[in-house]
Amino acid sequence: MAKLPLPAEENLSPGHMGCPGCGACIAMRLALKALGKRTILAIPACCWAVMPGVYPYNSIDVPVLFTAFETAAASASGIRAALDVRGIKDVNVVAWAGDGGTLDIGIQALSGAVERRDDIIYVCYDNEAYMNTGIQRSSSTPIGAWTTTTPGGSTGNWKREPKKSGVEIMVAHRIPYAATACVSYPEDFVRKLQKAASIRGPKYIQVLCPCPPGWKSDPEKTITIGRLAVESCMWPMYEVENGVYTVRKPAKRKPVSEYLMMQGRFRHLKEEDIEMIQKLVDEEWELLLKKEEMSQREKPADSRGP
Amino acid sequence: MVKKLINGNYAASYASKLARAQVIAAYPITPQTNVVELIADFVASGEMKAKYICVESEHSAMAACIAASATGARTFTATSSQGLLLMHELLHWASGARLPIVMVNVNRAVGPPWSVWADQTDSISQRDTGWMQFYSESTQELLDTVIMLYKVAESPDILLPGFVTEDAFYLSHTYEPVDIPEQAMVDSFLPPFDPPFKLDVDRPHGLGSLSMPHQWYMEMRYNIAEAMDLSRRRILEVEREWRELTGRSYGGLLDEYGTDGADAIIACAGTAASTAREVVDDMRKVGKRVGLARIRCLRPFPTEELRALGRRVPVIGVMDRCYTFGDGGPLFTEIKSALYQLRDRPLVKNFVAGVGGRDITMKTIEKMFENLLRIGSSGLDREKEWVDLKRPEVV
Repeated sequence: MAKLPLPAEENLSPGHMGCPGCGACIAMRLALKALGKRTILAIPACCWAVMPGVYPYNSIDVPVLFTAFETAAASASGIRAALDVRGIKDVNVVAWAGDGGTLDIGIQALSGAVERRDDIIYVCYDNEAYMNTGIQRSSSTPIGAWTTTTPGGSTGNWKREPKKSGVEIMVAHRIPYAATACVSYPEDFVRKLQKAASIRGPKYIQVLCPCPPGWKSDPEKTITIGRLAVESCMWPMYEVENGVYTVRKPAKRKPVSEYLMMQGRFRHLKEEDIEMIQKLVDEEWELLLKKEEMSQREKPADSRGP
Repeated sequence: MVKKLINGNYAASYASKLARAQVIAAYPITPQTNVVELIADFVASGEMKAKYICVESEHSAMAACIAASATGARTFTATSSQGLLLMHELLHWASGARLPIVMVNVNRAVGPPWSVWADQTDSISQRDTGWMQFYSESTQELLDTVIMLYKVAESPDILLPGFVTEDAFYLSHTYEPVDIPEQAMVDSFLPPFDPPFKLDVDRPHGLGSLSMPHQWYMEMRYNIAEAMDLSRRRILEVEREWRELTGRSYGGLLDEYGTDGADAIIACAGTAASTAREVVDDMRKVGKRVGLARIRCLRPFPTEELRALGRRVPVIGVMDRCYTFGDGGPLFTEIKSALYQLRDRPLVKNFVAGVGGRDITMKTIEKMFENLLRIGSSGLDREKEWVDLKRPEVV
């Protein structure tokens, strides 16, 4: 991938309330660099509802509407409608929500806004659990993870179900643009946001944000862990533009164990559990490559309508 | 002014058009549907310059209205019953954010069992959300009140949301001749929406962030309380202004009819008041001194008006089209509480009637008046009475 210089612009001030090593803070800083000052954010209940600062202080230098948990997408739709009716055309409207607010409680509003083709960018910053309320399971929590509501205990009842796929749900909505990203790859995330901003209609980016308290990882290892997520294909990096998949392939695939073992939330896993996860990741990866092959072989531009 | 034969729902649609609502986000629910259908027609034909968002739920409808209002657009939506209940969380959000959203709610019973007919449980259970609440008796009143409510809600010292209700089918689907005001006249009455704070990339602010216990949350709540109290006077001013323009007014917060020298009155909200007026006329003709006090505005509550009435009238029957289980009819408990500080309090009795759309006939209301006149001399028989209730043995 071509190295792009990051925009120098800073629209996130120091003094926010994020934890040390917070991936979601890096994501916000990069997003505000990428999208610039002519951006309005709708933020529902999530870490980022608290991290900008306690009223009247605010570390985000663009307008923010703090809104109810399940309304990020509908709020973005409302902002876009009001800007349109007021004749304001050059503003990015961004829904900025966590994985629970996106894939659990907020999925109805997200589905509605995408089906309506509302011109918004939806960023799901995925830290793989309800981190603001203290590490409870979401449908985006990966299989095998400990959370406070999947504590394992003597029955080994850690999260037994695979992670719900936000991008695939969006692809099923025939969204013009959907992508995964990871804060460990800043140029890539910035490029995806800027691409999203250049496309009309709904755009969805799910950015993996390691969370040291929730993942029980070292704050200084955030970037390393994010890289391992991508290199092990636990978190495949890909874009889907009008149905066409483009997958970023790691130069050398690493085993998932390397990724899992850096985090306390997976420490309870036995060898056979890790094998099971490796098998699942391999299958998903193969499927993804097949999707890429299929979608690139066909020329979907003709068949997808306006 | 054009006279048209329209139903209550269409009156709501015309009102939103005349008020030049800019963003409409709506989800269909019986019996609200033709409110939003006609607005869709207005927008589609270019008669109304607005953005119409076909949201996937009432919850999202209100979320979109909140966001659009916060971005400086005048907003409108309409709902009913379960839809209003689904919006409940967001109603708090709208008032807390001081956004003057205006909505029409068709008063409908809530399930189970399924019932789409008139009942005021839906809107009355939103009492504590910080929304102004108006109950209309006629189609004309509904149309006029929506326009007036925008002016009240958008007053810089008020900035609170409000809704106007119409009883399911009694108003929503019955046709009456209605004066549709000229657009130019409404424009002269209602200036464009220009809020002091909005989401603006040239003046970035965070709206609705976190507030700690030692900071401003409590003060912000107090400001809402103050604004709601101020709205009483503003409602009366705006109605006076509307009367000067159109010749029409509806009695402010408490609409009284035949209360002078009355021995007993009935207090109620909504369309049952029309039936009660007829009964008052008939009974006055035969020398029975009865009257009507229609609660036009539930929030803010007409406390002062009711106290003035309570000083003059010895017996008040309160007719509720819903019930608060474990206590009494909500209008009954509200009215009793307003009258408590009076030294000589009137007798207050609760009639629960018309629940789930059961017809409240003139005969029913006449019986209530007869009962009130009787207890005026003999004393209270029962504090609460469910009227026209089918007993199990006669079902």
